[in-house]
Formats: sequence, C-alpha cells, structure tokens
Amino acid sequence: MIEREQVLHVAKLARLRLTEDEVETMVGELSGILEHVDRISNLELEGVEPTSHVVALENVLRADVAWRSLPRDVALAQAPEPQDGAFRAPSPQAE
Amino acid sequence: MTDLLALTALEAHEAMVAGDLGAAEYSAAWREAAAADELNAYLWRDEGGEESKAIAVERDCIAPIAVKDIFCTEGVPTTAGSRILEGYRPPYTSTAVQKLVEAGAPVLGKTNMDEFAMGSSNENSAYGPVLNPWDRGRVPGGSSGGSAAVVAGGLAPWAIGTDTGGSIRQPAAFCGIVGLKPTYGAISRYGMIAFASSLDQCGPLTRTVSDAALLLGILQGRDPLDSTSVGLEGGVSLPDREDLSGLRFGVPAELGHDEYDSGVRAVFEQTLKRIEALGGEIAEVSLPSSEHGISAYYVIAPAEASSNLARYDGVRYGMRAGGDGDLIEMYETTRSQGFGPEVKRRIMLGTYALSSGYYEAYYGQAQKVRTRIAEDFKNAFGTVDFVVTPTAPSVAFELGEKSDDPLAMYLNDFFTVPMSLAGIPAISIPAGIAEPEGGGPQLPVGFQIAAPAFAEQRLLDAAYALEQGIGFDARPGGVDG
Repeated sequence: MIEREQVLHVAKLARLRLTEDEVETMVGELSGILEHVDRISNLELEGVEPTSHVVALENVLRADVAWRSLPRDVALAQAPEPQDGAFRAPSPQAE
Repeated sequence: MTDLLALTALEAHEAMVAGDLGAAEYSAAWREAAAADELNAYLWRDEGGEESKAIAVERDCIAPIAVKDIFCTEGVPTTAGSRILEGYRPPYTSTAVQKLVEAGAPVLGKTNMDEFAMGSSNENSAYGPVLNPWDRGRVPGGSSGGSAAVVAGGLAPWAIGTDTGGSIRQPAAFCGIVGLKPTYGAISRYGMIAFASSLDQCGPLTRTVSDAALLLGILQGRDPLDSTSVGLEGGVSLPDREDLSGLRFGVPAELGHDEYDSGVRAVFEQTLKRIEALGGEIAEVSLPSSEHGISAYYVIAPAEASSNLARYDGVRYGMRAGGDGDLIEMYETTRSQGFGPEVKRRIMLGTYALSSGYYEAYYGQAQKVRTRIAEDFKNAFGTVDFVVTPTAPSVAFELGEKSDDPLAMYLNDFFTVPMSLAGIPAISIPAGIAEPEGGGPQLPVGFQIAAPAFAEQRLLDAAYALEQGIGFDARPGGVDG
C-alpha cells in the first residue's frame, strides 16, 4: 500500500526523523491502516457536499477592539531559549 | 470520612449549600483520597503549593474536580500526556477550568491520558498507562482514562475529559461510570490542547447522570475566545424524568452481531427490555454510512492532528533537542524525541492523507462520508428521539492486548466515532456487568444514547430515567459508595 520511499518522503514533510526500525514498522502499520481506510476512496459520492464543520455558523464577528494579551516576559517564559525579548532558534543554515 | 466520599457531587453540593457539610472538610477528604492514587491516574495533584495560586477558588462550594491534563491551567504543569510538553506551565487557563474555578470547584489534580488524546487504552501516555480500578491488569480505556479511573476508583468525585472519537464515552464504559460527549460547540475549546479541532469536545465523567447535568450546566456556554462555541440555550436543568413513555429509541439495523462480544450484547439487549419496561419504544433505524465511520475518522482526525501538532517545534515552549545543529535538524530532533509512536503514526497518516495526489481520494472523500453520516442521523431522528448502541465492542481489555495492532485499537471506536463525526451529543451510562470474552471477573458494560444536536436536556432526562431503572450499583473492589 505504501512504500518505504513514500514513508521517508512523508516523514520529511512532517519534520520527523525516523530510525531504520521506525521506518520499517511504519511501512507495515500504515499499509494496514490505509488498506482499511481505502474502502472510502472508491465510494460513489459525486455531488455530496464535504463537511468541514458540523455546526451551522457563519462569519462569527466581534468588535474590532484590542483584547487582553500576554505580556512579553510571560509569553517568553516557557521558551527553551529566550534571548533579548525574543525566541532564539538555531540558524536555518548550518554554520 | 468514608461517608463523605460516598456522596455524589450533587449530594455534596446540596449539603454544602444547606450548610450541612463543610466545604473545607469535604475537599480535604478528597485531597487525601487522591493522594492514595495507585492507578497512575494523576500526573499532578494540588498539594496547596504556590504553583496552583492562579487556579485557586475564592470560595469552594462545589465538589473538587479532576481535570484531564489536556486543559491548560496557569502555572500548573500541563503535558497532554506527552514528553514534548514535560515541564510546561501554561501562561493562561482554559475556559472550561476557569468556569469550574468561578463556580467554586477546586481542581484536585490533572489526570493521565493518551498522548495528545490519541488512543483508546491510555497505553500511549508518555508517563505510563493508567490501571483500571476494576482489574489492574486491564486498561481503563482512553484517551480520558485517568479521568475515568479516578472517578471509578474513588480518587475524585467527578472529572472532566475530552472526546474526539469516543475518548470520554469509552473509558466511562470501561470503568463503569457516566460519560457525556456534548454537542460540538456546547463547551468552549479555548485552552484545550488541540488534537482534531473539528471533533474535539470537552465533557463530564461522573458517577451519576445528575452529576453530569450539574457539571455540563457549569461548563456550557458561548465563549468569545472560541468562535466555534455556541453554548446550550436555556442552560441545563437537573434531570427528574421517571419513565420513558412516549419516547422512541432507535437501534441501528446495521448493528451486526460480529462487531461486539456476546457479554456486551447480552447487557445491551437486557437494557432494551428495560427501556420497554419503562414505557419507551424500541424501533429500528438505518445508519448505512456508519460502517465507514472508522475509515473517515482515521483520515480526518490524523489530518487535523498533523496540522495542529506542527506547533511543537522546540521554539516557543516545550522541549528542545538537537539545538546545536541547524534549524531543520533541531525541529526534527525535537519532534522525533518528543513524540511517542502513536502520535508519530497519526502525524504520518495525516500528512500522507493531505499530501498532493492523495488529498481527494482520502481527505476529500472522508469529508463527504462525514456529510452522509450526519444525514443518516438526521433521517433517523425524523422517526426516533434517540439512537442507542453499546458504547464499546468489548469490556475493558488487558494491558498490552492490542498495543501492537493499531488497527485493532482503532476498531474499538466503532460505536462512538459516528456521533463525533456528526457532532451530536451522546452519553454512556453503566448498564450492567459481563465476563470478558477470554473469561475472568465481570467488568462494566456501557450503553450509549445519542440525541440530535443541542438536545442535551432531553438526553440527560432520558438517561436519568434509564439509570434509575437499571439501578447499577456495582463498584470495583475496595471502593465505597
């Protein structure tokens, strides 16, 4: 159902690094699940409206006024590496 | 002391209001009971320290409550059962917990759960599985297994959990208590860590239907911080219906006998007879698309999860690993070390289902199946007041029994997933006990009742009448009340 290369590709999209063992397990398990799920891919559902939300709500609006927000130090308090009032992250490019 | 713990939350509340019961004494008794947790059900308990200051009540007058560790609580550890949030102390409190605090219900502790609410056994917690108080070799169900176990095990008077595809109802069934998944939108999701946003809903896990009604009344309401919240018009009254006359209960014709154990079936059929004895009518309804519920659910929920869980990137909160490498390496290392196997599996499944070339075949189709399932219920409710099924195909299974077979685990949600996809309310009440298929001591069996959207009051009234008729009073060994 799903090949090793696809698993590696999807893992890359999902920002997951899988071990060799995990890749192997994932190929088997995802294939089993997809085989079951695949029953719906051939159902005749032409013209059926897709449901993305179950409650009939449209354009929930509020007044355009400032709402309370977290002070900067509180927002940063849980960060692994806050610095100079900002979130510090490694450089996108290896040094 | 024992007598205090035997009171239902409603009885305790009424006694406190009448001045017959001291709130401080009552809460202290529960804190002591909670401290004796041998089920690995609590991840954090309030021991009166500084950290719980932000969620302290001004005046306690409602029974203290156990809260699933998926609800953000300011200053108090909130892990969602995941390693990636170990040590995280949210800077704000979820609306559900805020409402409890304002009503005067102190938070007793935070309960263990399947990581990010993904699971049906609680074995996917990064902090070890919760044990079922009826048989410690068995699972309590999931993902709100900790919340169900504390209520059934005499470690809390009541609890809240979340239900995405059955995560309140199935553990309630496995632990012999009441679990209600309200209509999508009845309770605010603000501050409830997201799994699948179009399905996630907060709800009560309680000893009785009346307790569930009391709790739902506190929790429900539209919240400006959750634009999908609607609330329940007119609030919630305590149920007092005595019979079921004039009410029609629909049994799905598609409910084959292969899907569930004979012990569960015996209790289900006995409960149908009980409904008739109470004056209710049993009718057959057709839910032809429900058989595709699991397939649609296991596309939609992982797809939404893969998107929701993208936020765990080691930058703003939670753990970080691989920080010495470049950005991508840090992301990948953090996520690979922080997430457990089931969460990775679902992220992979969801990412695959949303990836180019597969989107229409999986996600697009699943959304259409969802429409069909909702239409089936709508048609059924044209002729009956409620739809009834067993809550789960079996009684609580053994620890490790299904953990190597994700598909077998998913199929456990067979009866609960359709209501989640349709967004309608459903309650599980304990209906009897049955021997597990492989033999052993008898365990509780849940009976599920589903109602049209926003018909919670009618649902609670009927469930209450049935609960009185059943008179379920079995308790796990060593638990009073």
